[in-house]
Amino acid sequence: MKKKLLSALLTVAMSAALLTGCGASTPAETPAEGGDTTQTEAPQEEAPQEEASAEGGSVYYLNFKPEQDEAWQKLAEAYTAETGVEVTVVTAASGQYETTLMSEMGKSSAPTLFQVNGPVGLANWKDYCYDLAGSDVYGQLTNESFALKEGDVVYGIGYVIESYGLIANKTLLETAGYKVEDINSFEALKACAEDITARSAELGFSAFSSAGMDGSSDWRFKTHLANLPIYFEYQEEGIASTPAIKGTYLDNYRAMWDLYINNSTCDPAELSAKTGDDSRAEFLDGKAVFYQNGSWEYGSLTAEGAYTDDDLVMLPIYIGAGDEANQGLCTGTENYWCVNSQAEEADIQATLEFINWCVTSEAGTTAMANDMGFVIPFKAAVESPNLFVKQDTAYTAEGKTPVSWNFTTMPSEEWKNGVGSALTAYAADQTDANWDAVVAAFVDGWATEYSLAN
Amino acid sequence: MEKALRKYGPLFVLPTFAAFLIGFVYPFFQGLYLSFCQFTTINNAKFIGLGNYLKVFQDTSFLDAFWFTALFSVVSILSINVFAFALALILTRDHLKGTNIFRTVFFMPNLIGGIVLGYIWQILINCILSLVGQPLLALNTKAGYWGLIILMCWQQIGYMMIIYIAGLQNVPEALTEAASIDGATSWQTLWKVKLPMVMPSITICVFLTLTNSFKLFDQNLALTAGEPAHATEMLALNIYQTFYARAGAQWKGLGQAKAVIFCILVIVISLIQFRATHSKEVQQ
Repeated sequence: MKKKLLSALLTVAMSAALLTGCGASTPAETPAEGGDTTQTEAPQEEAPQEEASAEGGSVYYLNFKPEQDEAWQKLAEAYTAETGVEVTVVTAASGQYETTLMSEMGKSSAPTLFQVNGPVGLANWKDYCYDLAGSDVYGQLTNESFALKEGDVVYGIGYVIESYGLIANKTLLETAGYKVEDINSFEALKACAEDITARSAELGFSAFSSAGMDGSSDWRFKTHLANLPIYFEYQEEGIASTPAIKGTYLDNYRAMWDLYINNSTCDPAELSAKTGDDSRAEFLDGKAVFYQNGSWEYGSLTAEGAYTDDDLVMLPIYIGAGDEANQGLCTGTENYWCVNSQAEEADIQATLEFINWCVTSEAGTTAMANDMGFVIPFKAAVESPNLFVKQDTAYTAEGKTPVSWNFTTMPSEEWKNGVGSALTAYAADQTDANWDAVVAAFVDGWATEYSLAN
Repeated sequence: MEKALRKYGPLFVLPTFAAFLIGFVYPFFQGLYLSFCQFTTINNAKFIGLGNYLKVFQDTSFLDAFWFTALFSVVSILSINVFAFALALILTRDHLKGTNIFRTVFFMPNLIGGIVLGYIWQILINCILSLVGQPLLALNTKAGYWGLIILMCWQQIGYMMIIYIAGLQNVPEALTEAASIDGATSWQTLWKVKLPMVMPSITICVFLTLTNSFKLFDQNLALTAGEPAHATEMLALNIYQTFYARAGAQWKGLGQAKAVIFCILVIVISLIQFRATHSKEVQQ
């Protein structure tokens, strides 16, 4: 009996350990899943002949953008075919970049090329960033402001310029009796959206696609939309970052959020469970006229002939602040290339050559423009076929001022999550008290998180 | 035979022992060391002394997570064990047909991973909440809490039931027979004979449910992810968030220190529990 029980206990304890895993006490040791397929050992015999310094070096790029994974793999192959230098590209799963990077960096064959998302992301990886000040690729930048600098040290180089705004379905807009040119201010947008809502049963579509607050979609509002009140406040104060935000334009933020959630395809109380895919699908199905997102969506909106360039347009996000007549799209970057300073010298050189090749060679620039749909801030850039990107250029040519990306100065992810939670709660129950919670998360949360991070 | 075992035993133990050293002992002590360090990756750790531990106690979210975990554990341990024992009693009756099928059915939820279960239950619970016009899980602390308890009950009752069944089947028939001859009611037999005899099973089950509840991570992450605003965040998830969701070297060591405290906490609590129930076991 005793013996039987003991063996039963042991069996149970063992299977329990198997079932629950035992990583809780030692998270630092858990290796990343998914990133393990890499083989970055450089084949010595394939080293390029012309560059002595990079001899034997190889490149390991930990890519941030899942949409562009295939294009990067192809480009890497092309580079290997041309120069013999091995390039491994691994793409982290969406939303898992920091986690993957952290565990990959702990390995002996760490990424030689990785990316940070701006000054806040840099805080984590500063010790690993090779100073790119004298590098060829830095010299290729069209404007120094695209580099991530502190003093004279260049930690990162912005490699893609993106825009976001309100993507509109022109056909539906015309069905509803509006022209793109009509939507030129917050008031006009509000009138249009509310009119569509009033007639939505008859029209068969709504004004806005669902403003999903699921993790796959909430960044559109807690980060991208929140950029606008921050931008206008920075403009007013003449600053580029701040330890304490005042929230001068939060009423505009509220008005815009109200507009999004109350003129949408679904009940605002259900937003917490709506995903990014839901929202895109609604727009693709012609159930909504407006869809807030960015130039990176161009591929999925035009894939398989869903929409053509004639159907789509990207409008600036008007929140009723600043000079709306001259407001452009929100344009900037949060993708900075960094070279791992703790990698082997030969690998660093190989990496520098690789990224320089990407932005100067014909194959590289063409791939980045056409296959990836990027606008790259480098001298040799090829024009991208991306409609939204072209529109950004057109707006700027008309003399409109692009709204800069200030969300890279948001104090932390935690701050964004706080704002996101409060926004979701407010959407479900739109009371002043709940909005006060958003304001508290925005203003007080900023100060708290800033002091924690600095 | 004995001799051969003694001679070659160590050789056979070696692979598992090596795996244990590499996979558990080494990381455990490295983790302990890292909790005194500031680091981004484990290769560039800088020793900073007790700073991380001091910060843990200033972090209110950790304490909140502790209370939430404690509250969750108490209710889930009680409900899982009571239901599991009741099921075991029903399914050990001789005259009931198809007990094996029922045992299999009740055990099955255990074969599904926590993450998958979490997402499935999230959809189910959200559907119900939306039907009755309540705020969805991401906004509803109460629903998140009860959702976690329902989910854990659903998953664990079958497993504990199997252990209780094993215990109940080991109660010697002589004892129950003697009890019935002496005129004990079935209720009295249960309390005075069966229960003391299955104390070893109770020790195991309470130990397992206790540690499982305290260490709960997957289900918490998938079902609520700590929403709304960390209100349903349990200790393990809080540690994970500190470690991974925060940018900056100062957070990694803090997360590690939390993990060490968490580990000690779980060990201490389960030792106390083990002593308490173990002392009630009876010899046959």
